Amino acid sequence: MTDPQNTPEAVTVLEARAIAKSFLGNIALDNVDFSLKRGEIHALLGENGAGKSTLIKILTGVYTRDSGTIRLDGAEVSPANVGEAQVLGIGTVYQEVNLLENLTVAENLFLGRQPRRFGLTDRREMRRRSRELLARYGLDIDVDALLSTYSVAIRQIIAIARAVDLSGKVLVLDEPTASLDAQEVEVLFSMLRKLKADGLGIILITHFLNQVYAVADRVTVLRNGKLVGSRDLDGLPRMELISMMLGRELQHVTRDHQASEGDVPAGDAAIHFSDYGKRGSVSPFDLAIRPGEVVGVAGLLGSGRSETAFLLFGIDRADSGTATVDGREIALTSPEAAIANGFGFCPEERKTDGIIGDFSVAENIALALQARQGWAKPIPSRKKQALAEEFIRSLDIRPADPDRPIKFLSGGNQQKAILARWLATNPRLLILDEPTRGIDIGAHAEILKMIEKLCAEGMSLVVISSELEELTAIAHRVIVLSDRKHIAELSGAEVTADNIMHAIAAPNRTEAA
Amino acid sequence: MIHSRNLPFVTTLAIFVIAYALCALQFPAMLSTRVIGNLLVDNAFLGIAAVGMTFVILSGGIDLSIGSVIAFTSVFVAVAVGSFGLHPLTAFALVLVISTAFGSAMGAMIRYLQIPPFVVTLAGMFLARGAAYLISTQSVPISHPFIDSVQEFYFRFPGGGRLTAMSMLMIAVFVIGGIIASRTKFGANVYALGGNPQSAELMGVPVGRTTIGIYATSGFLSGLAGIVYTFYTSSGYSLATVGVELDAIAAVVIGGTLLTGGTGLIAGTFVGILIQGLIQTYIVFDGTLSSWWTKIVIGILLFVFIVLQRGIIWYSNRRIDIARLKGA
Repeated sequence: MTDPQNTPEAVTVLEARAIAKSFLGNIALDNVDFSLKRGEIHALLGENGAGKSTLIKILTGVYTRDSGTIRLDGAEVSPANVGEAQVLGIGTVYQEVNLLENLTVAENLFLGRQPRRFGLTDRREMRRRSRELLARYGLDIDVDALLSTYSVAIRQIIAIARAVDLSGKVLVLDEPTASLDAQEVEVLFSMLRKLKADGLGIILITHFLNQVYAVADRVTVLRNGKLVGSRDLDGLPRMELISMMLGRELQHVTRDHQASEGDVPAGDAAIHFSDYGKRGSVSPFDLAIRPGEVVGVAGLLGSGRSETAFLLFGIDRADSGTATVDGREIALTSPEAAIANGFGFCPEERKTDGIIGDFSVAENIALALQARQGWAKPIPSRKKQALAEEFIRSLDIRPADPDRPIKFLSGGNQQKAILARWLATNPRLLILDEPTRGIDIGAHAEILKMIEKLCAEGMSLVVISSELEELTAIAHRVIVLSDRKHIAELSGAEVTADNIMHAIAAPNRTEAA
Repeated sequence: MIHSRNLPFVTTLAIFVIAYALCALQFPAMLSTRVIGNLLVDNAFLGIAAVGMTFVILSGGIDLSIGSVIAFTSVFVAVAVGSFGLHPLTAFALVLVISTAFGSAMGAMIRYLQIPPFVVTLAGMFLARGAAYLISTQSVPISHPFIDSVQEFYFRFPGGGRLTAMSMLMIAVFVIGGIIASRTKFGANVYALGGNPQSAELMGVPVGRTTIGIYATSGFLSGLAGIVYTFYTSSGYSLATVGVELDAIAAVVIGGTLLTGGTGLIAGTFVGILIQGLIQTYIVFDGTLSSWWTKIVIGILLFVFIVLQRGIIWYSNRRIDIARLKGA
């Protein structure tokens, strides 16, 4: 008789085949396969928009798939909601919203499955079982206290205890370490190893490669809704994993470096950031930006790219270092202060942070100029109109109608309108976070051309991008980030995709060795 | 030790005890069982409606239709018994089915059409009031041997006070409501929804079923309150009980339930009702005060409680931050 634990069917606990899902015609997942073994920690990697969370939400019953099959222990399943997925054996711990702060620890652990006696909730039994359950995870806390009185790390353990106790086959962890410190991460990982030894299949979503190598057995990489590959981590070089994520095969021929070769703008830097940083956000860094220079910022998701932009624009306040413009020290205490110093910022989340959908194109364009002037001095509507018409012409925004609500424009044209908003203030430093995400190829090229034109006119730009080709095409210098640190700076001929990938991989490699 | 989530309730209870003691010092007669009995009878319909409102507010919602549903119920019962000769029990059963269905429909709209509860129940308020006018614009007196016998049923306290059937019904509703809130899955789901609907859904709470259940409960209890009101006034009148939903909200909030949902106790609402009744009783005893002082004191109390709740939230957040700093 064969041991059922060793037959292939028994080893694979969860198997998803050819999962497809699209939202309003946008393909989020394109025939993705995924399989999870019993007693395995399987990392799921990919940049923003790669389809990680869509896949997880399909597996856990939040979304329904358009096509494909999911097998759990060999039997086909189609969880219609989270509750069903839990009963089937798939439990999830989400990054932020996972438990209820207004309930006690015991109520959180047993919500929806309260022990009952004479038809009513047996609170004493619930308390007893809660204590027992948490003791297995080494927690000895007051289970009658509100969840809100405990730290994030403890809440995470409670959430895991609930998910495992409830489901018991598959545990999905969505960025569980995002708000934990190093020691708490270690505690979490030793717990995961223990659960793994008990035969649980664990899916771990994270963007910290060190953590992937520290705890995971296998990795699946998604990019743009497609499966890039599933690999055993043992013997998978870091460089290869990074190139799977960033979507570029290692190649030693680099593209022609249009903007930078030789013509790095001369002259002294006008804007200096020295020892600039914020605890828990980005480690202190030095950055000097010359007029007419494009500084690229590269790094994996979560490396501190956007956080750097937030610091430069005063959205987050630095707790160390100084910023100077033309040798004069400035205090970037708010976006308003940054605007007053001639800074501009196009955020990554265009839809939520950038545009005001119901406002017209003209109103959206005038917004930053208005903020700079102060709200007490309204811009006359005739001037707004003239401004809008000027930029619609020069940036080729379509349709060329200043009065149309901006939400009816395509992504590329919205992005141009946001660019116009900042250009109207005639900034000396413009920060662009993923300026070309989610826009079509034509608009993509136009925006890159516009960036080149702007810096030729003497404007300084900081461009954050996860597309290496884009960075190498436009940046004079590239800052490379990893684990919220500025770890390298490449300039001139050094700016190649290979060099950037090596820089991202380098410190981690020495650490792992 | 008092957990901080029970602090609003304990505060309310303390305020009631102190206020009652002060009243009793000035008018010793206020200690009599007769006063207590009247206080319960006068507020029986409001108390029953406030239990439904407590569930709604605990879930993070609001129900503005309560006063109109009470008026509709009383007119419906009066006309059904008076003009159509139905037995009161039949009329009660009918009207409870209607009011429960009405609440369920509002809950379904809130859940499935994603319309804010304020808007849906505002529409429900106009609809129910309009339906009451449609039945009769006159005050319809009601008399039936069954109703008379229920009205005459009471337990006598020592000292002459009466615990009427209506008071007993209110107390029963509070007891059952308290058990449902604290000891059933449905109750836990209500608190979960009020805490954070997204988290609740991700934890497997059946959000649709629970939302409909909450507004159905509120509708049912509004209907029951309407029946009690019919007994109380021996008539049905479509202009009656305007704004009772606001009195119910006041009782809930004074009782320590957070208007943002997720925190509170049914027992707190009972104390909230008692405080409102106490103020009215004091005004009657004083004899020189305008009855509008009830509203003024309720207004002040509401302000005090809202500020108190903010303070508690601020304080507990600060404590967590300090604990975190120490841990780091």
